[in-house]
Amino acid sequence: MTAPAPGSQLAATRVAPNSTGSTATRVLGTASLAGLAALAVFGLAISPSDAKLGETIRILYMHVPTVSVAYLAFVLTAVASAIYLWKRTEFWDLLAASSAEIGVVFFGLTIFNGMMWGKTTWGTYWEWEPRLVTTTVLFITYIGYLVVRTIPTEPRTRGTISAVIGLMAVVNIPITHKAVDWWRGLHQSGTVLGKVDPDMKGSQLFTTYLGLTTFLVLFAWLLIHRFRVAFLAERAAERGLQGAIAERRAEGGPAGGGTRP
Amino acid sequence: MILAFGVWGYITVAWVVTFSVLGLYSAWILRRGRELSRDVPEDQRRWM
Repeated sequence: MTAPAPGSQLAATRVAPNSTGSTATRVLGTASLAGLAALAVFGLAISPSDAKLGETIRILYMHVPTVSVAYLAFVLTAVASAIYLWKRTEFWDLLAASSAEIGVVFFGLTIFNGMMWGKTTWGTYWEWEPRLVTTTVLFITYIGYLVVRTIPTEPRTRGTISAVIGLMAVVNIPITHKAVDWWRGLHQSGTVLGKVDPDMKGSQLFTTYLGLTTFLVLFAWLLIHRFRVAFLAERAAERGLQGAIAERRAEGGPAGGGTRP
Repeated sequence: MILAFGVWGYITVAWVVTFSVLGLYSAWILRRGRELSRDVPEDQRRWM
């Protein structure tokens, strides 16, 4: 009997770790932390205040990346939902759900940062104006999507219902984005893919792109981990169900010894 | 309270809340992954 090679145990650990981590997530996680640290330095110290927005531009360094990632997450949910309805594989259902949950977190932060910015600029945390109303509807719709996924039912039924909601909900994104152009309100016109020239340069522009890049990397890291958690939860639920069935069978006594109806 | 700090109060709250929420959410995901990994056999959790 030969002793195992020194590296074999390490290799086995890498293949099946006791977590949702992998080489890819470690790289993305390290890049996210470095990006967030750099973003804090640039966003709070190096970047100068804006001629029009003043110091409040520093809130927008959080607001713009979070809303961009949230929209991306919701679009990914819709794409994965459509593919799920076509392919009917677990991968796309779990990807859609994972992306939606992360999107809700980022969108909640978008609303919160918007409220902070609104208080400093408009003098109020909230105003029932078109952009904020459509944003609220979008937020509630995706919370509804996540609530529907918690209803105990057969995975295929859950996947189908939530995929339909995921496809319907994404329609509200262009409505929310264009609300500032279609109806007059307090919120400024669209900056990202919009008519307003942000007139940014130098470290302000760099900080904005740094925020977008960092939050995109963070989104990728979160999505991989969240997908794996969802995958493990499905496997654990299956094992629990199989265990319960085995227990019920065991209650019936030895094979063939159970009472027949 | 944050009014007392002026604009920088709101900036600080925005950044602290954003970083805290993302940090807590990340920690929850990692912890949940570790918990579930204990309940699932090795051959069903081989990540690339």
